Amino acid sequence: MPARASLWNTLTDPLVHQNPVTLQILGICSALAVTTSVATALTMSAALTAVLVMSAGLISLIRNHIPGSIRLIVQIVIVASLVIVIDQILQAYLFEISQKLSVFVSLITTNCLVLGRTESFSRHNPPGRSMVDALGNGLGYSVVLVVIGSVRELFGAGSLLGVQVFQTVDQGGWYTPLNLMLLAPSAFFLLGGLVWAIRTLLPAQAETIDLLSPDKPEDLS
Amino acid sequence: MADMNPITAWRKLLALPNESRTKTLVMAFLVSAICALGVSGATVILRPIQAANRAAEQQARLEGLIAGIPGMSELMAAEGGSLSTVVVDLTEGRAATDVTPATLSAALEDNANWTGLSEGQDLAGLGQRPNYAQIYFLRGADGEISLALLPISGAGYVAPIDAILALRADMNTIAGLAVLAQAETPGLGGRIEEPAWLSQWRGKEIADASGAVRFAVAKGRASSEFEVDGITGATRTSSAVTRIMRFWLGPDGYGPLIDAIQRGEF
Repeated sequence: MPARASLWNTLTDPLVHQNPVTLQILGICSALAVTTSVATALTMSAALTAVLVMSAGLISLIRNHIPGSIRLIVQIVIVASLVIVIDQILQAYLFEISQKLSVFVSLITTNCLVLGRTESFSRHNPPGRSMVDALGNGLGYSVVLVVIGSVRELFGAGSLLGVQVFQTVDQGGWYTPLNLMLLAPSAFFLLGGLVWAIRTLLPAQAETIDLLSPDKPEDLS
Repeated sequence: MADMNPITAWRKLLALPNESRTKTLVMAFLVSAICALGVSGATVILRPIQAANRAAEQQARLEGLIAGIPGMSELMAAEGGSLSTVVVDLTEGRAATDVTPATLSAALEDNANWTGLSEGQDLAGLGQRPNYAQIYFLRGADGEISLALLPISGAGYVAPIDAILALRADMNTIAGLAVLAQAETPGLGGRIEEPAWLSQWRGKEIADASGAVRFAVAKGRASSEFEVDGITGATRTSSAVTRIMRFWLGPDGYGPLIDAIQRGEF
């Protein structure tokens, strides 16, 4: 992390160039689980971004006074509490969507993305900067979720955000929904395809050969 | 502890090195205390809204169930649009004498009002069953029961499934099913709450002439009046629904109550 990067870069870098999901492959469990429709993907993204920004702010605020020996526990307690609060708010005000997200909101606690940002960035940076970085990472995660969610909902159910785009056979139209799209493996395939596409367009993101399997490196060069 | 001034004590604490044992303990305590306050606060403040949400959803599903049964909306309108609520004693198969809808939730907090289920009995994966259940009757102009709404629940493939089963006056013909809560796989098992699937329950029968419960979710297409179509790709959810239905219609569920209603005791 360059020490003097501008705030704008801190915000926009995680969108594509340092995307937490496609480059660092963090937080993919939830990316698989909640992307069956755009609405759930959006809610999950908003919940994760909110938790990320608030936990980054709080941890950055007390960063000089977190004892080293218990720093991970302190961070997890703060993140977990924020997650429970967000989950309660969703259950109160977005009841239907919170039913669909079921446990995945609670599982934000264990999302490597959150702890990764608080541990590597918020502990060393002032609150304002930490929150901008957290917002950028949250948005980076959201972009990936919304892209995968759109593809899965469009091809799995023929709709986008609940609005029917393709008339399915059940409704008397022509489109046979691709059930695979509603199952978790399809999210893996899509995520893999997305990572491949980004790394083809931006070769700098590809891991260097010495990070790959040492079996037959010459085949890959 | 010479200085009792809280502000200076706070400053001293902050000035301690982060590795000091006192600061570690105090920080751990403070973070936990503040987080506990936040979590408890959010839960307590938001609980009424959440309870209202759940109640509204259940009410909407119940109304949807009745509205979906031909002729029922008219009957409801004629009756003044209300269902009579009865708490029944499941073991005895009669109206409970000492428990009313208002005291039901308090009664169910007492473990004495629950019956443990052995592995062979526990088709629905409940572990234990309440002795009392709140059911609803819709009566015709002559006071005869025209519809009974029975809440059922049990373990689904992913999470518990809660539903309400509507039975016609003969207590053997299904008038409809409303799923109140489920978290099955979206697009597969989750389709149990789709109207298209639920609509085929109407008119199915529960038990054959000998009284044995025959109802089942078929593997594939339904082939008799006791079956509804299975859901492709959701075998586990389909069989969970079958087991929940078999349990609640059987001797450990509403069986005694259904017999009593058929004998005309209500």
